[in-house]
Amino acid sequence: MEVYLDNSATTRAYDSVRDIVAKTMCEDYGNPSSMHKKGVEAEKYVRGARETLARLMKVQEKEIFFTSGGTESDNLALIGGARANHRAGKHLITTAIEHPAILNTMKYLEEEEGYRVTYLPVDMYGRVRLDALKEALCPETILVSIMYVNNEIGSVQPIAEAAGIVKSYNRNILFHVDAVQGFGKYRIYPKKMGIDMFSVSGHKIHGPKGIGFLYINERAKVRPIIFGGEQQKNMRSGTENVPGIAGIAQAAKEIYTGLDEKVAHMRWLKQKFIEGVSQIEHTKVHGLTDETSAPHIISVGIAGIRSEVLLHTLESKGIYVSSGSACSSNHPSVSGVLRGIGTGKEYLDSTVRFSMSEFTTEEEIDYTLQTLYNCVPMLRKYTRH
Amino acid sequence: MKFQTYLIKYGEIGIKGKNRYMFEDALVRQVKFALKDVEGDFHVYKSQARVYVDCEGYYDSDEVTEALQRVFGIVGICPVVRVSDRGFDELKKDVVAYMDEMYPDKNITFKVESRRAKKTYPKKSMEINCDLGEAILDAFPEIRVDVHKPDVLLRVEVREEIYIYSEIIPGPGGMPVGTNGKAMLLLSGGIDSPVAGYMISKRGVGLEATYFHAPPYTSERAKQKVVDLAKLVSKYTGPIKLHVVNFTDIQLYIYEKCPHDELTIIMRRYMMRIAEHFAKQDDCLGLITGESIGQVASQTMQSLAATNDVCTLPVYRPLIGFDKQEIVEVAEKINTYETSILPYEDCCTIFVAKHPVTKPNVEVIRKSEEKLAEKIDQLFDEAIRSVETIIVK
Repeated sequence: MEVYLDNSATTRAYDSVRDIVAKTMCEDYGNPSSMHKKGVEAEKYVRGARETLARLMKVQEKEIFFTSGGTESDNLALIGGARANHRAGKHLITTAIEHPAILNTMKYLEEEEGYRVTYLPVDMYGRVRLDALKEALCPETILVSIMYVNNEIGSVQPIAEAAGIVKSYNRNILFHVDAVQGFGKYRIYPKKMGIDMFSVSGHKIHGPKGIGFLYINERAKVRPIIFGGEQQKNMRSGTENVPGIAGIAQAAKEIYTGLDEKVAHMRWLKQKFIEGVSQIEHTKVHGLTDETSAPHIISVGIAGIRSEVLLHTLESKGIYVSSGSACSSNHPSVSGVLRGIGTGKEYLDSTVRFSMSEFTTEEEIDYTLQTLYNCVPMLRKYTRH
Repeated sequence: MKFQTYLIKYGEIGIKGKNRYMFEDALVRQVKFALKDVEGDFHVYKSQARVYVDCEGYYDSDEVTEALQRVFGIVGICPVVRVSDRGFDELKKDVVAYMDEMYPDKNITFKVESRRAKKTYPKKSMEINCDLGEAILDAFPEIRVDVHKPDVLLRVEVREEIYIYSEIIPGPGGMPVGTNGKAMLLLSGGIDSPVAGYMISKRGVGLEATYFHAPPYTSERAKQKVVDLAKLVSKYTGPIKLHVVNFTDIQLYIYEKCPHDELTIIMRRYMMRIAEHFAKQDDCLGLITGESIGQVASQTMQSLAATNDVCTLPVYRPLIGFDKQEIVEVAEKINTYETSILPYEDCCTIFVAKHPVTKPNVEVIRKSEEKLAEKIDQLFDEAIRSVETIIVK
């Protein structure tokens, strides 16, 4: 049996996404900037995609900019936002548990471009502390970036409240949200919530890799960071990735169809899994486990077994999971998020992440639990001393 | 400058008496292997105690030189301009053009040294030397002749065609792989073992390798890393037959039965036994390890003796007197360093005791191994039976 429980790393594309990607590569393969019919045909896909996404988020089409993915969207938001507003001040705020796409971009701005960055702490459930946000805001502050859902433990951030605090302090401060793990699980309306910029990645929502977008409120001042043929109103040069753009829009359309049932299905499986895994001694499910947590991410510490070993054991049974966050698990440094929420040291090196999608079945969850019941005692027998 | 031929100089193998053809044939074979992935058509042949590579079609000189610099047995590589014999006046022009392009700064000394392999050529070599030298002197007023210590030694060989060359690019030395049998390398994912394999292979020894993996304690990526390392080493040694042995059950069994501070030593003794099994099966004449005295607990003089105790084949340890930094330098030279330092756990490190024995007594270790009597033979056979063999090239 193959059980894919690493959907926060990436997802299987929808069949409809595959079809439209193939079509835009082999049939309607024109360059949207070309003057001839082939170009016009291709441009239709780009327009259509903007329309779909704009409608889903209740924003204007001209506020959507396609990028190469979540990382580029975050880079454009932070670097482009900071550079465009540096005359108003050079202070940026983010949280200690952001994805490396945010943290390393902030580090770059700090070290190379002379900005001051405040990293907000989180509570024991991995939610940003709003009191710390209030304290951090100052007249110099020009940009605040907070993620929607944490990729490692699935904590959901109080985005609307944070936006309220920021905007009532100074409505000119740009408020950016990295929604890579939240989009497709929550209905997110940036205008209503006071969000100025908003990053999304295609391959986390059953779309293609190498495509993402950044919503930029029409009033927000952002400078481009990539220069070239002035496509996308010069905000993001480069021939539009038409297959990716058509694909991400198709994926967004499909993932939001029947969203409530899908989320309810994942929540039900999550509860079942948490109950099951809690029966194993010396385990800990990190963060909150109720309705206020993300429906698809479960981060579990299993004391006495190094996460890498458990991962490969599960792999040998056809179950695919992540140790910590897939993006950072190439270098085996212990997760900053787990440290940030005060995780006991017996779990720091022993946490794996199970992440589901709408395709996850009850049978798969049962099989995974059964496998854990079998493997954990065996693995615990051989611990490194 | 566009070269049409590479003349390959070999040192040691030129003096091997009646076996010489064997060494030359091996060199030709290894040169062909080294060039198989280089763009272009190459004709490799031996003639009059030399090996030549003639190039046809599009090719990149730097790429060819780089490939040849990885062939053991080559002492020097001379890029040659090959011209057809269109009379001596034309040859003069060719030689002058060669000097002009190769040495833009003419404030140098030179000497012409010709060889007349084609005896029907109308001029003798002494005459060729003088007349070509004169032509060069006439063409470039600043240039001077120095017959004792010239800056440029211009060689002109008259064969069916005429070969002009003056540069010698150093090769790696050593002997062509395959002229000294085969040995079995214990290849981990670390820095040392690829270097050890390289060094033994440089003396003409073909390589096989054994890698021990321990799923789920080591990952697919750790195995891929070892395959990648073998591939990098094979650029010098030619194809490597890699035996991937699943070592988990043996390791866990040792862990269960034996004192934990002796774990590494006992484990290494079993690795040696298994590697030797495959070595003998494939007619290897020895084992190769990357050990260096005192580098870690399992490489003290006592530990080496305890590991050596189980081997009947000779164990070659070319790095035995090297410091880590010296090993790293070679690893960087042969381009394995970057791959070696990728952070995947290898099976030597997963169950390491906090304080492993550093001075194991062979007798004591043998006694500890008796505790494994019940199941170890069966596990040993199982590990051998389930081996995965990969030809890396």
